[in-house]
Order: sequence, then structure tokens, then C-alpha cells
Amino acid sequence: MDSLGIDVLFKGTNFLRLLQGLWVSIEISLISVALSIVLGLLIGILMTVDNKPLKAILKVYLETVRIMPQMVLLFIVYFGTTRVFGWDMSAESSAIFVFTFWGTAEMGDLVRGSIKSVPKIQFESAFALGMDKIQTYLYIILPQTIRRLIPLSINLITRMIKTTSLVMMIGIVEVLKVGQQIIEANRKVSPNAAFGVFAVVFLLYFIVCWPISRLATYLEKRWA
Amino acid sequence: MKNNLVKKLTAATLATGLLAASLTGCGSSAATSEVAGTEEKTVEASSNAGYRTLDEIKESGTINIGVFSDKSPFGYVDENGEYAGYDVYFAERIGKDLGVDINYVSTEAANRIEYLQTGKVDIILANFTVTEERAQEVDFALPYMNVALGVVSPESAVVESLDDIGADDEIIVISGTTAETYLTKNYPDIKLQKYDAYAEAKTAFENGNGVAWANDNTEVIAFSLENEGYTVGIPSLGDQDTIAPAVTKGNETLLKWLNDEIETIGAENFFHADYEATLLDTYGAEYEDTLVLEGGK
Repeated sequence: MDSLGIDVLFKGTNFLRLLQGLWVSIEISLISVALSIVLGLLIGILMTVDNKPLKAILKVYLETVRIMPQMVLLFIVYFGTTRVFGWDMSAESSAIFVFTFWGTAEMGDLVRGSIKSVPKIQFESAFALGMDKIQTYLYIILPQTIRRLIPLSINLITRMIKTTSLVMMIGIVEVLKVGQQIIEANRKVSPNAAFGVFAVVFLLYFIVCWPISRLATYLEKRWA
Repeated sequence: MKNNLVKKLTAATLATGLLAASLTGCGSSAATSEVAGTEEKTVEASSNAGYRTLDEIKESGTINIGVFSDKSPFGYVDENGEYAGYDVYFAERIGKDLGVDINYVSTEAANRIEYLQTGKVDIILANFTVTEERAQEVDFALPYMNVALGVVSPESAVVESLDDIGADDEIIVISGTTAETYLTKNYPDIKLQKYDAYAEAKTAFENGNGVAWANDNTEVIAFSLENEGYTVGIPSLGDQDTIAPAVTKGNETLLKWLNDEIETIGAENFFHADYEATLLDTYGAEYEDTLVLEGGK
């Protein structure tokens, strides 16, 4: 074990700090994921509406998110808004804003795809039964959409959790940064610590992401 | 011109992005208003000019100092979660003499200038080398450390001067470093072996692929002390660069206070004490006078 350098994690409060870092990552990603799911459903429905200006705007939004690396978005929101508008956003709000901005766009596109994949006859039958648009979406289309969405959105959610490692660039100390700090502080005493510490960080990410993917499998089976 | 274009592009993209966000439904505006809440809180802390004057810092009772959190031994976090290192030792003194608490901000090499220009930190103390390009973006105070290039070679064949290098001998450098630029410019006859990463250069040097390895002197000194059988034959080569604290461009009150502080504590040999407390383990006593700059001189 010594050669792997896992022992450095048990010095002082190192392990506790790693867990605190993990909590920062989880907090940012869970808030953003929750907001993205709600907003994504809304955006996704709007994407299917037949309205040219609306479609164009949503297209620009989606393409912006696709083209811009999250890193750039973080810099624009955290430093750019201060430069251009003089706003002083906290690093955490900037991170949540960027991740929600990203998640909403991608989630919206997934929702749009799922709605499109619901056969047209479902809409027509619902209307034939005398339901209005809201009822049709609420009782007929969305339940089917959500079932189709689960496997797709799990990819996005776990990706969002892992991408939170970028927030170290705007000064937020999250799990990966704490890992680097621990490795570097022990560079002389245990030069191999990198391997052990990164292995533990990997395990921590796994512990967070795995239950989500289990939950998805469970829901998929239950709702099938 | 170019800079201007980038700024315009950024502004335009930002505007489009925000426009899209605000137009795409109430959802995004929930996020925006949440953000707006935090904005009101902190807006009074930062003055319009984008930085806080000395009086504003004293009044608020807290100074924001940007340091590295993973560059041992200059700025790192120890096992109890406390910031430590050569830069942090100095930061602690600044906090004490100003009579304010310190809020450490973990910075990366790539965002140090951004932090100052947006006033999100008051001082950067992150092993910040003074260069002309950077001096146009931020204001440097008096320096507190020297950096130069150094050349390390095996003990069996120490290279003490670059004139000793034979026609067939090669020197190892890392691409993109000041060592590469300096040698290419000043010693065009010396053959260089270039590697992209530190680890590759290190392995090549240990395997004897080159007669010597040129890099920042702090790096080569640390290498020779950590590895048996190597000596730094040339501890200081070429232009002397310095490391200094930096503040937002135009923040004269804070800059003046810092300069006075560095001169005052120089009289009591503060930075030598700093070296002995933080760098001695890594660099040893013999490099103390090469690396430390006292009182800005």
C-alpha cells in the first residue's frame, strides 16, 4: 500500500477534505441537474412548437452551448460578466448558472427527440378523446417521453457530474483539486501518491455515479 | 486591434447567450434572478474602478489574496487544510500588518491576470514572474524572489559554463520554456534536445541522452537535491527574472502600501526567515542568497 501512496490520505484531515471537495462537486452538479431537468422539459416542448422565430432562437441557444467548451462558458460568466457589466457573481452561482445553461440545452434536445419519437397517432387519439393541448402533453405524451428519456439523460447527468472538475478554474476547490493539493503537498515524502490519490478520486466519482445509473435501470424496468 | 476584436466577440457572444437564455423561458430567469441576489450583496464591496483601495480593504476587514494551492513549496495546502509555503508566509504577514483577515483564493497559472483585472482578488501572490507583457495588464510591486535559468549535469562531467559544451554534445530542454528561447537566441550553435513534458525530459536526462539539462533554476536545483549524482553547475544563467506581488492596474494605494511593506520588512530580513521556514527543505541553505530578494533589491 505504501508504494501506492494511499497512506497520504490518512494524514491530518486529508480524507475529510477530499470528502468536503466531493460534496462541493455533488452540490453544484445536483442543483444544476435538477434545474436542467425541469427547464429542459420546458425547452424541449418549446422546441417542438411550430413557430419559426422561436425555433431559430432555440437553435442558436443549442448551438451556442454545443460549440462553446464549458471552460469558456465558465470564464465568460465568472470573469466576463464582471468585466462587461460590473456584476460580481460568486463562483458557485456562476458554476451553477453555466451547468444549468448547458444541461438545459442538451436536456431540451433530448426531450425534443423523445417527443418526436412518440407516434403521431398518440396526439391524434388524445385530441379525438376531447383532451386539450395541455392535457394531451400532461397525461399522454410526457409520461411516454420521460420513459424514453431516462437512458439518454443518465449519460448527460453523469457527464455533468464529472465535468464539475472544471470549476477549479474559477477558484472553487472541489474533489479533484483537493486531490491535486494532497499529491503536491506530499511530492517529496511520497512521490507515487498521484496513483493512489487519483484511484481514490476515481472511486469517489464511481460511488456517486453508480447509484444514479442503478436507479435509471430500475425505473426503466418498472415503467416498461 | 486583435485584443479589441476578442473583447467585442466575447461581448457579442455573451449577449447572444444571455439573450437566448432569457428568451427561452422562465426557467433560465429563475437561475438569473438567483444570481442577481448574490450580485447585490457583493456589489458594494467592489468599487466602480474594478478594484478595492487600501481603505476599502481595511474597512471591510478582509483581504482577498490569490495563491497557488498545489505548487509546493511556494503555495500549497498542508495536511490540516491550511495554506502554506513561501508565498503564503508573506501573505500572512501582509494580513497581520494590515490588521485584516485573509481570504485565500485558489488560483491557476492561467487565470491569475483575470482575477486581478476583475477585482475578484486584491493581491496575487502566486509565484508570479515579472514580464513586460504582464506588466501591461497588472501592476507589479517590488520583487521578493529571483528566478533565472539553471543547468544541471551529472557529477561525473559537470558543465560549469556553456562555452565548455562540445560540438557534438546536446542539451536537454522542455519546449516552450524560457530555457529554450534563451538558448536558441544566445547560443545558436549548441544542439538542443527538446521534449514536451517535464517527465520525458527528466527520463531522457537520467538516461544520459544529453550532457546537461537547462530549465528554471528552482526546478534544476530541486532535481539535483532530490536525485543523487547530479550537480547544478550553472545555478544562474541569462536574464535575471524576478517574482513579485501583483495588484490590479491602477490600484495605487495598495501598490504603494505593498512597496513600503516590502522595504520595511526587508530591514528585518523577513524574506530570509521566510526562505528558512518554507524553502530550506527543498533547496538547502546554499541557494538562499541566489533565490531570496530582500527589500525589493
